[in-house]
Amino acid sequence: MQSIANTMHKKPKLRLVALLTAPILWLVVAYLGALATLLVTAFFTIDSFTGNVVQTFNLGNFQDMFTDAAYKNVVLRTLGIAISVTVICTILAIPMAFYMAKIAKPKSQKILVALILTPLWASYLVKIYAWRTMLEPGNGVLDWLLGPIGFNSPGFGGPAIIIGLSYLWLPYMILPIYAGLERLPNNLLDASGDLGAHNWYTFRRVVLPLIFPSLVAGSMFTFSLSLGDYITATIIGGKLQMLGNVVYQNFSINLPFAATIATIPVTIMAIYLWMVRRTGALASL
Amino acid sequence: MSDAVIVSIRALKRSFGEVRAVDDIDLDIREGEFLTLLGPSGSGKTTVLRMIAGFEKPDSGTITLAGKDVSQLPPYERDVNTVFQDYALFPHMNVLENIEYGLRVKGVSKEERRTQALVALKQIRLEGYEARKPAQLSGGQRQRVALARALVNKPSVLLLDEPLGALDLKLREQMQIELKALQREVGITFIFVTHDQEEALTMSDRIAVFNHGKIEQLGAPREIYENPKSEFVSEFVGQTNRIELDGKKINIRPEFVSSAHSGAGDRSIKATLRDEIFVGATTRYLFDTEPGFSMISTQPNNGLKIGDAVTLSWQREKEFLVQ
Repeated sequence: MQSIANTMHKKPKLRLVALLTAPILWLVVAYLGALATLLVTAFFTIDSFTGNVVQTFNLGNFQDMFTDAAYKNVVLRTLGIAISVTVICTILAIPMAFYMAKIAKPKSQKILVALILTPLWASYLVKIYAWRTMLEPGNGVLDWLLGPIGFNSPGFGGPAIIIGLSYLWLPYMILPIYAGLERLPNNLLDASGDLGAHNWYTFRRVVLPLIFPSLVAGSMFTFSLSLGDYITATIIGGKLQMLGNVVYQNFSINLPFAATIATIPVTIMAIYLWMVRRTGALASL
Repeated sequence: MSDAVIVSIRALKRSFGEVRAVDDIDLDIREGEFLTLLGPSGSGKTTVLRMIAGFEKPDSGTITLAGKDVSQLPPYERDVNTVFQDYALFPHMNVLENIEYGLRVKGVSKEERRTQALVALKQIRLEGYEARKPAQLSGGQRQRVALARALVNKPSVLLLDEPLGALDLKLREQMQIELKALQREVGITFIFVTHDQEEALTMSDRIAVFNHGKIEQLGAPREIYENPKSEFVSEFVGQTNRIELDGKKINIRPEFVSSAHSGAGDRSIKATLRDEIFVGATTRYLFDTEPGFSMISTQPNNGLKIGDAVTLSWQREKEFLVQ
């Protein structure tokens, strides 16, 4: 052991190799490799008779995807859902995170963080099936609860998906905002009030710009997780399909086309990250 | 400075849990004066300042600002501005935007607030730094921006919460002089919080010495120094020899005690030098006296050696009694 330690100490390069080989292999082979395979497969086609993948390069899949209005609708719907979920999570998360970071006593702060994390310990499926029973039209919990005051459950469909996903991803938005607010010195809030600003003004001019990187971090979770989701749509989406569902359906019958569809969320995420980078928010993460 | 009272504090109380941070304080602050709240940490001075600013609500008592009871008003409805201990500049705004903030909140037009901010920037001698972010400034420069950001609003009272604490000694001494000059120039009432007695003595028109949430003594720096009313004040403001002579407890400042043979005083005592601490321009000498107690004498370096026998002397009139 001693001699290994000595050799390692004398050779910094060897040390680096020993440290990073495994993670780099993982990153290149499992992660980038899979992504590259996805991209390449998207340009393959399928033998309509045997159903086997034909490995010749062509743009047919992309042509189909861009010309068929049905796919365009799915893309727009998925985008709309992902954006709605992100907006709802942001609106809900900011006051919660603010209370946790700035108003709650230090002792209850820790409890609140733990409470925010507890839903993440439960299985995704359990939570979505729970929402299914809640949203069930006619005899669901929501109808039972809201019926007497004249409201109905939205039933299964777009709104249900948005509610379900917002519920699922909310902690991923709260935690970065909470961390951002924790780092925001209290005396900046004092200073703003001291200079004559009401709370709302302080929020807009001081708090919001300073936690913007945290909002971006949170939105990357809520947005990308919503963009790729298909299980929630399957369980509480009714007949509604998201991109993930289309990928899932084509997966067994036309793998190259499924890969083609799967490039859409990857592209959207890449564009989103590029836009976010331009605001400079990534630099201060 | 006039005799008109700008801030009037009556029976002010504030507790944090069991701790009485501010314990029944009365204080009148005159228009245009430089008043220092001096005390050790936890003595309540900062809490008083924060209550004047509106960041803390008093448990009871009133704070009157220019004749109006502001005790329960939020900070943004009080005509005071604060310079914070660690400046609290907005990190996402540049120097000019920071200085303009208060004017912008009040809805001052863009040209007007730019003009005023540039005047303020000139006042603090930071022309050319408009576009810098606070992170690109040195501590002293940040300190000045914080000052300009507050002063540009022309408040009737400026509150300063240990604003020089984070600066190094040289810069601090320079800022003390600048601050005092600035205060004379703008004529605004300054309420200055510090735990540094030297800073308080140099800058203030009056000093309120705080201890355990109460004001121990209020007066001009010279009065506080030469005639401290309590043991705490005599200890906290400057050093003091507390001795017993002829059955009477007396106090005498080390710089009034001389060991020269000429015997400059009408009180004298035999002593031997036990130790010396070189502090630059002067040396602090520690003597064992014949009656048995020890005394400190601060003098120019005089070449005394440890073990030397001398006669310590001082003027009786420099002694002070403490209840």
